[in-house]
Amino acid sequence: MALPAFAVYASLYLYPALTNLLYATQRWDGITAPEFTGFRNITYLLTEDDLFRKALGNNLRFMLVVVIFQTGFALLFATFLLKNSKTNIFLRIVFFFPTILSSVSVGIIWTFLYDPNYGSITAFLKTIGLGDRAPLWLGNESLTLYSIALTQVWFHTGQMIVIYVAGLQQIPKELYEAAEVDGATRWQQFKGITWPMALPTTAVVVAYTTIQTFKAFDLIFAMTGGGPSYASEILVTQIYNTAFISQKFGYASAQSVVLVVLVLFITWLQRKTLRLNDGTK
Amino acid sequence: MYKVLRSSLLSVYAAIILVPCMIVITGAFKTDFEIYTKPLSLPAKWSFDNFRKLFVESNIAKPFFNSVTVAVFSVLITLLFASLAAYAISRLMTVTGKVLFLLFSLGLAIPGQVNIIPIFQLFVKLNLNNSLIGLILVNIALTLPISIFILSAFFKDLPKEMFECAGMDGAGQFRIYRSIALPLSKPALGATAIFLFVICWNDLLYPLMLITETSKKTLPLVLIDYKGEYFASYSMQFAAILVASLPMVLMYLFMQRTFQAGLTAGAVKG
Repeated sequence: MALPAFAVYASLYLYPALTNLLYATQRWDGITAPEFTGFRNITYLLTEDDLFRKALGNNLRFMLVVVIFQTGFALLFATFLLKNSKTNIFLRIVFFFPTILSSVSVGIIWTFLYDPNYGSITAFLKTIGLGDRAPLWLGNESLTLYSIALTQVWFHTGQMIVIYVAGLQQIPKELYEAAEVDGATRWQQFKGITWPMALPTTAVVVAYTTIQTFKAFDLIFAMTGGGPSYASEILVTQIYNTAFISQKFGYASAQSVVLVVLVLFITWLQRKTLRLNDGTK
Repeated sequence: MYKVLRSSLLSVYAAIILVPCMIVITGAFKTDFEIYTKPLSLPAKWSFDNFRKLFVESNIAKPFFNSVTVAVFSVLITLLFASLAAYAISRLMTVTGKVLFLLFSLGLAIPGQVNIIPIFQLFVKLNLNNSLIGLILVNIALTLPISIFILSAFFKDLPKEMFECAGMDGAGQFRIYRSIALPLSKPALGATAIFLFVICWNDLLYPLMLITETSKKTLPLVLIDYKGEYFASYSMQFAAILVASLPMVLMYLFMQRTFQAGLTAGAVKG
């Protein structure tokens, strides 16, 4: 019964993943016969390729910023929206809404909002008298990545709120009642009960958000295409460009092998830190 | 103090979500000049020009139809294959089941984007580029692991006794799968279907790579094209976004709970 699923999965997932390893050892333009070069791609990639290092750094910064803000906001708003009152359910529906849109739509909407001449953010800054201080959100090399990160947070925080609400609702009410009797403040209750009890949920949220940042190709492609001068290039956009713009298929495969190793390593690291936390509680 | 802080933060956040949506919805019916000068107001005159252009000149109905075809077939076939596999893994096999599950778990850990190059090369060889069938196959392969993961967790929680009774009454495995497992798992299947539908409907990377023929393009691809073609006209781009998002938005309005369940099910242990 598992045969149809396994057949498709093996031929269009496992088999390509293996051929990817083979391609990574070749110099290949995708058309003429590939030439075997062993580990040359990988060593060049890791030691000499500044662009790759830049994309890697961008990817990690993008991940960190999005994970911190998205998780923080989601936890904060989940504590606000914990009770299943009508208003809260309605607000959850509103906050969740962007999740159902496509990355391309979200990218276009925010390209408009960030537009230096016509965008609504600039217009808003003008009305409060900061018009001439408005930066080039997507045109400024040192800002682009963070502007896109903000869009990503806008895009997916609602989804994480819903995950957090489900997690926080599992915490027994008696704990809060007892704390209240003892005169604990809201902040103390959060620190003493909510945060430790929500750690498993936080682990889920952080892991999911991390994977999402590695998949942010669609959003970045729609907003900047990785520019200006590679300032918003992450690993997947670079892999795409290396293969389909520069026609270096072998080298792009080597890049994706590094991406796989990196993703597996980060996943492992997160699992490990989570387990440590569990042990001390 | 807490109450004031809470309600002001909630209002600000709601505004940050709703204002851009209002700008897009009203903007699609406005002139570009109006979008820049009065982004928040209703259109002075509701104009359907942009939509006429999209449907008559750009023929957006074609990519719309392509997206529907790809999404519907991808979701249905994935659900069928995944539920069969999940049933087998969680109910029947012991050793093979564990091995299979481990193999599918690999697909969960590794983001599907890393396969773009081998998939592209393979599909060019098989003449599956520029084909909707190719896109459907890719979608199935990419979403099977997560679907099997969600569904097998659900099947494991179903009461054993029901399956045992059915077995004793002489029902074969397919019969049990069809008459017991599937009907009982309707909520899980619905949530997974929504989850898959959103992924397939919104995907850009694989269509971008595999589809170059205009007649085969899906909505995210033509949205990118419009961004270039109508770069000077946000109202056109907004109208295109409305058309492309409409099915999702309508479904969301009627089934928020299923959406929320589906789009977070993928996260649990993901």
